[in-house]
Amino acid sequence: MTDTPILKARDISKFYGARTGCRNVSFDLWPGEVLAIVGESGSGKTTLLNCLATRLMPTSGSVEYRMRDGQMRDLSRMSEAERRFLMRTDWGFVHQNPADGLRMAVSAGANVGERLMAVGERHYGNIRDTAGDWLRRVEISGDRIDDQPRAFSGGMRQRLQIARNLVTSPRLIFMDEPTGGLDVSVQARLLDLLRGLVQDLGLSAIIVTHDLAVARLLSHRIMVMKDGLVIEQGLTDRVLDDPREAYTQLLVSSILQV
Amino acid sequence: MATPLVVSEVAKSFTMHLRDGIRLPVMSNVTFSVKAGECVVLGGPSGIGKSSLLKMVYGNYAVDGGQILIEHGGRLLDLASADPRTILSVRRATLGYVSQFLRTVPRVAAVDVVAEPLTARGTDAKEARGMAEAMLARLNLPRELWQLPPATFSGGEQQRVNIARGFITDHRILLLDEPTASLDAKNRAVVVDMIEEKKAAGVALLGIFHDEDVRERVADRIVDVSAFSPRKAVA
Repeated sequence: MTDTPILKARDISKFYGARTGCRNVSFDLWPGEVLAIVGESGSGKTTLLNCLATRLMPTSGSVEYRMRDGQMRDLSRMSEAERRFLMRTDWGFVHQNPADGLRMAVSAGANVGERLMAVGERHYGNIRDTAGDWLRRVEISGDRIDDQPRAFSGGMRQRLQIARNLVTSPRLIFMDEPTGGLDVSVQARLLDLLRGLVQDLGLSAIIVTHDLAVARLLSHRIMVMKDGLVIEQGLTDRVLDDPREAYTQLLVSSILQV
Repeated sequence: MATPLVVSEVAKSFTMHLRDGIRLPVMSNVTFSVKAGECVVLGGPSGIGKSSLLKMVYGNYAVDGGQILIEHGGRLLDLASADPRTILSVRRATLGYVSQFLRTVPRVAAVDVVAEPLTARGTDAKEARGMAEAMLARLNLPRELWQLPPATFSGGEQQRVNIARGFITDHRILLLDEPTASLDAKNRAVVVDMIEEKKAAGVALLGIFHDEDVRERVADRIVDVSAFSPRKAVA
């Protein structure tokens, strides 16, 4: 880990008219660090994620990102074209519903290859090889490369979405409930895959989840949100094993034991 | 002699918001230190807070006050006030912990669970695996279990995976929460040998051992936790 944050969020607020999405959220994210944002539906965690990933414009506050050349850039001052370029190269965004992050009517190989073409790769053979390689890494067998994701199961679609996001070697990946809606064995496989990839590639990640077990498994640090505010944050195992706030204690004590 | 772990005037309480916010004082004025090559054993009756104290030293439980000074990378730092990133780096390089129960990760083989603290520090995966296998062999874990995820192992088997994982690194400080609780005599003896080796290598050990025989053999000094407990007056 280096000694400069890769992302700095300061006083991020988002209001929808009179309603609060999220309010005064500040934090630093470090290279190689995985941050989980937890809280129940409506707590503002997805709003916050979208503000960080420039998918939503925050009402106030700033997000700075350290570019590959080491410069910190204020995301709100970038041009739309620069932000889009960042989105397709240096960043990844994994949606809860794979259909939101994939093109359902083109082949699996093309879904992965498209991101490569966006960064300038033109050689068909190379693109196909790299796509095939990534499909293997997410445990999709090579003979499915020409199939459309429509023909894939939910778990396979999610793994394809991850391959599509990681193929350009991003440095930061945003995930919105990446295991939501999957059955447990598929979820375990996906978690194991994500854990391995984050470790091997030294990725930084921000994961929104309502599942505390997912947060425990994947994240180093946790932020607990309620009514748009971050009410508690810290080392993941500290927050989960010694929760201090009433709401965090309620969340932790509500987990079903198997 | 070097003193890699100093606990000074640490206090801890729990506030139970789900029970009308009652505040349970757990410990106050916790002060002791562990020297390099020494094994300090936490004593006192069950429920007095021995495991909680280990968790505080590991940064797993927050403390209300006081200092937990750890020698890390050639300097002293206070774990009680350190940020999450610092705590993780201390755990990776300096401070090891063998918990009472293994927290398993789905689909990860026992041998990789054991090797992980090494690979996390950059040891070559193959070399780390080799060391993990040697560790599991020494603890008599049947070879046919090595490639399986430990979730379905027996208590004693899981504990041995946990011990192997904790002892595989050369961390300067090692916390042990009843590492021999569900082991048979033969494996208890192996663990006692492993503790002796750590002491000889200059590791500072802090542990809880209910087994009197093991405690007698490894302990250099007993720190009575009831002295820090608010319940001491009653006891």
